[in-house]
Amino acid sequence: MALIEISNLNKSYGSKLVLNDLSLNLEAGRIVGLLGPNGCGKSTLLKILAGLISAYDGAVLLDGHKPDIHTRAIVSYLPERTYLSGWMRPVDAFDYFGDFYGDFDRVKAEDMLRFFNLDQKQQIKTMSKGMKEKLQLILVMARRARVYLLDEPMGGVDPAARSAILDAVLKNYQDDALMVLATHLIYDVEKIFDEAVLLGFGQLVMQGETDQLRQQYGKSIDEIFREVFRCSVSW
Amino acid sequence: MSYEFDNHAPIYLQLIELFNQKIVNGSWTAGDRVASVRELALEFGVNPNTVQRALAEMEREGMMYTERTSGRFITQDQQLISDTRQQLAEEKIDQFINQMQGLGLGRDELKQLIDRKWGKNNGADRNQ
Repeated sequence: MALIEISNLNKSYGSKLVLNDLSLNLEAGRIVGLLGPNGCGKSTLLKILAGLISAYDGAVLLDGHKPDIHTRAIVSYLPERTYLSGWMRPVDAFDYFGDFYGDFDRVKAEDMLRFFNLDQKQQIKTMSKGMKEKLQLILVMARRARVYLLDEPMGGVDPAARSAILDAVLKNYQDDALMVLATHLIYDVEKIFDEAVLLGFGQLVMQGETDQLRQQYGKSIDEIFREVFRCSVSW
Repeated sequence: MSYEFDNHAPIYLQLIELFNQKIVNGSWTAGDRVASVRELALEFGVNPNTVQRALAEMEREGMMYTERTSGRFITQDQQLISDTRQQLAEEKIDQFINQMQGLGLGRDELKQLIDRKWGKNNGADRNQ
């Protein structure tokens, strides 16, 4: 049984269909790139898996359970937008996460804070975008979860910070976990994926092992992505 | 991360070539223990499963071997190492000759050019 099993998933906002009869299985022990143009349903899918959206049609199973308050214990989710309050400092955020999640590893979080050269007493509202993204990543990766869902973890940061974030993901990834990383910045990130899932119009366009796709097409995942979605500039 | 991979080709194949290079040029010593999958994944900034695949393939080819209790080691078969070195060199030279022929260079012209450049790029070999 796959760690995540999705079958015939449909989700619409009003009359707009965001996920259209999506079926997808994801196995443990993998870093999966969830790739698709803006508005293709990546964030909605991650929110459903994180148990934040419960109104949908179809079947979604995480380790055999419907996503709800209980599966949140095994899922560590990094949302696209921050939910941390501006007054908080990293040390407060660590307290908060430590209270909330039994699997939060404070020592690991403090290690990562040093790795990123962040100050544990600096208030979030005075942090740059890159610093905030690093802090969010720390909070998510410092949990010993079975599923990590990262929604654009390096959306607004410079290439140096992007490399540091990638290093941190690799360094803190546990072999038996499943990591799903949604992004549209493919080129810089694709070497850490072992599997790519291309999503378009809420449907599965392509799923495969990255090295196998490279061999088959003689192209990078980034180029395959551009080719698949070339005719859809209006998205 | 100091190594740049070409995203257009399978990364496990690039890892195999890189690791083989390290073995044939001696920066990885015959008989030594190979770093863990996790360490290598971090060092080269790639997926751990991709590293695992490259190492498994190298084991099949005999360039590494696993001892059940103590981990993975680099082969001590000097013949295999020197064959691999020869094979890597021939592949590179084939590519190089193709490129030079593409520029319209003949064999003698190319040999002269190599002799002239060799000393400049590699001081230690200047008088050889």
